Amino acid sequence: MNVGIVGYGAYIPRLRLSRKAVVEANAWFAPQPSRSKGTRSMTNWDEDSITMAVAAARDCLGAMDRTTVRAVLLASATLPFAERLNAGVVAGALDLDESVAALDLTGSQTAALSGFAQAAALAAVGSGPVLLTAADARRTRAASSSELDYGDGAAAFLLGKDRPIAEILAQASITVDFVDRFRLAGQDIDYHWEERWVRDEGISKIMPRAVAQALAQSGVEAARVDRFIFPSTFAKVDAVLAKKCGIAPEAVVANLADTIGDTGVAHGLLLLAQVLETASPGQVIVLAQFGSGAQVLVLRVTERIKSFKPRLGVARWLDRGVIENSYTRFLVYKDQLQVERGMRGEQDKKTALTTAYRHHRAILGLVAGRCSVTGQVHYPPSRYSYTQGAPALDTQEPYPLAERQGTVLSWSAEFLSFHLSPPHQYGQIDFDGGGRILMDFTDVAQGDIATGTRVEMVFRIKDTDEVRGFKRYFWKATPVPGQPAPERT
Amino acid sequence: MATGIKDKVAILGMGCSKFGERWDASPEDLMVEAYTEALKDAGISPEQIDAAWYSTHMDDVGTGRGGTPMAIALRLPNIGVTRVENFCAGGTEAVRAAVYAVAAGACDIALALGVEKLKDTGYGGLPVATVGTYIPQWYPNAVAPANFAQLASAYRAKHGVAPELLKRAIAHVSVKSHANGAKNPKAHFRQAVTEEQVLKAPIIAEPLGLYDCAGVSDGAAAVIVTRPDIARSLGKRGLVTFKALQVVVSNGWEMHSNEWDGSYVHTARIAAKRAYSEAGISKPRQEISLTEVHDCFSITELVTMEDLQLSDEGGAVRDVLDGVFDAEGRIPCQIDGGLKCFGHPIGASGIRMLYELYLQLQGRAGARQLPDPRIGLTHNLGGQPSQNVCTVSIVGLE
Repeated sequence: MNVGIVGYGAYIPRLRLSRKAVVEANAWFAPQPSRSKGTRSMTNWDEDSITMAVAAARDCLGAMDRTTVRAVLLASATLPFAERLNAGVVAGALDLDESVAALDLTGSQTAALSGFAQAAALAAVGSGPVLLTAADARRTRAASSSELDYGDGAAAFLLGKDRPIAEILAQASITVDFVDRFRLAGQDIDYHWEERWVRDEGISKIMPRAVAQALAQSGVEAARVDRFIFPSTFAKVDAVLAKKCGIAPEAVVANLADTIGDTGVAHGLLLLAQVLETASPGQVIVLAQFGSGAQVLVLRVTERIKSFKPRLGVARWLDRGVIENSYTRFLVYKDQLQVERGMRGEQDKKTALTTAYRHHRAILGLVAGRCSVTGQVHYPPSRYSYTQGAPALDTQEPYPLAERQGTVLSWSAEFLSFHLSPPHQYGQIDFDGGGRILMDFTDVAQGDIATGTRVEMVFRIKDTDEVRGFKRYFWKATPVPGQPAPERT
Repeated sequence: MATGIKDKVAILGMGCSKFGERWDASPEDLMVEAYTEALKDAGISPEQIDAAWYSTHMDDVGTGRGGTPMAIALRLPNIGVTRVENFCAGGTEAVRAAVYAVAAGACDIALALGVEKLKDTGYGGLPVATVGTYIPQWYPNAVAPANFAQLASAYRAKHGVAPELLKRAIAHVSVKSHANGAKNPKAHFRQAVTEEQVLKAPIIAEPLGLYDCAGVSDGAAAVIVTRPDIARSLGKRGLVTFKALQVVVSNGWEMHSNEWDGSYVHTARIAAKRAYSEAGISKPRQEISLTEVHDCFSITELVTMEDLQLSDEGGAVRDVLDGVFDAEGRIPCQIDGGLKCFGHPIGASGIRMLYELYLQLQGRAGARQLPDPRIGLTHNLGGQPSQNVCTVSIVGLE
């Protein structure tokens, strides 16, 4: 059995920055009146490529048994850590079996397609499926066009041999040091060369060769391609390229520029996930990405396509957006504007790595301890159970809470502590099936939380240690979408 | 069967510093104020003190660790001085140690002193505390107002109380305390406030506004205890003796199990029950003359009235609004102004509460003296509703 796609998922942050707000704020300096349309997705203050990759992976994996996953890959040009395996954090958050292999891929906008090739190769020789995640949350300078073009997001694909929903017909690569953009290690923001040169000398000349090569391998004629994905921030370049390659204009997949922008390394897979949500058996999909050369993937949708549904998928992530009209919020979250944090913001956030490792499954995986005698759930896990009057010793077994929903028992929203999305909201969550944690809420506005609100878990940045350059991650509660706004009780 | 400490220990003398933003005073100065008054009130010399317990919570903005800061500030005669720390209940914890030492016969006379210097941080509110290396990796960077505000959300849900009604009831708690504190020269805040002011104040932690929160202040309080027979031999009459002193600490049941409903303080209910039993009190509403409770936030005081069995469960809103706990009410609460007006110098508050009961029971409370109080109760709470240290002490005329 050949390796193919057996599952897919995506993640788009809830916040959608109004481009009008950006353009109006910067009009005095860099007038771009024609760029006022639509929104771009932006990470909340507690999101980065790792957390978005985890969210996309959860969208992909749903309720499936994760112990079979043999490898996890994270492709991103904005990996939070230069040293510390980012994919290892993803593996921990997903509570994958420790025998899993993990790999970071970076360095080019084509990293996700490189990852796809790697994942397919690993799945071909391994005993279980391979999880590929791709995410980007890029920094841009204020008043740049990239600021308007880019978005933040992630996608995840599961590759395996078991009943694929899309089979891989061909993969092709061209590697050439065509530098349309660069960013030296340690720098934050890409430097771009002139768009016209990139378009005419780079994309127009290199991409058709790669597409032709892939199509030749696949034995599919260009005219038979049903869906053509070529993410680019350059207007209409996808259509021009399709034409050059002999692909029908109606095959060109809209690139979500108006709603979420270009999500960098993740964008090709994000669009692929969206295409698969409505794909029909037999359709041929070409996914091409440009960067330090080109990478092209040719897929054919199988008759099993309808047997898989992501937990939410691109369509529903798109629907849950909330317009953000505060440009300064965006600048602060992207570290382009310093706000007064107050003395409470000075608290040292040093993480004891010894402690973190001792409790890594509880912290990264949100794994509680369930008493084998009483069934009572303990978070964090403990040697003695809380059973009143009869604490039992060493009876707790690992009990993951991350995929369980819960109900708010008590809450508050406060304006005292330093928090990048005030008011800081937290409360006690009672999990379905047992377990209670006093935890932060995220992706909430004032008034979104009440006693009785149903919540689900999301993996987020808890604190950033700016002195030593470290991030710690934990889980937070967010309202389950689709429930009525709470009455004040 | 333990016999408890009822009437085994008497208060020989007490002292309390002026509470407030004491920019002029170091923690040593505050200790000296409280101690000097207590020593004079007791009518003893320092050499007669056998042992001392010293309550302070914050290391980095206070006096530091160990017993030496107090031993040196007060030049104590090379006796045992032990630092006690048990969150915001440390003051009462220090009293317990001194009382137990005397009751055990290990000491004739013992000193307990609590002090906190909170206004050396550079910002308002309680200082940000450290909590070890594990908790910060999963627990929210929570602040006290939001921890206690959660009582309100759970209380509203449990008892079906409209937000506006609860907000008005807790506003009355603060209006009452300010009215009392206005009469107290040692209080930090001495102005009366109106219900309208309280209701319109900026929100600190939903639903608590500025006036729903205790002040933050510097202060110290001290108590010298001894056996009743020694007190009498020193010429003391009308002794105030300990009837009960209970400390109850959460074991995580509230925070970790799904059984606590979040609307009350579990430890307070246990501590009250045990204290009433130790003191031989069967009808607290009839027998308790006045209370000084841990009103770190107005909502805490309201639910505490139920936890102490002074209101029926779900009945505190009505009782508060009916004025049951006002100065002229049936069981006055915070007749000195409470944490609301004294602020909450953490290590000192439990002893400051005791100081007011001591004055009231001896008829020395000046403008705020209640008619003929017999039994008083302190409730000193540390931590937060789901995980805390709760102390209840009961004192009365012998």
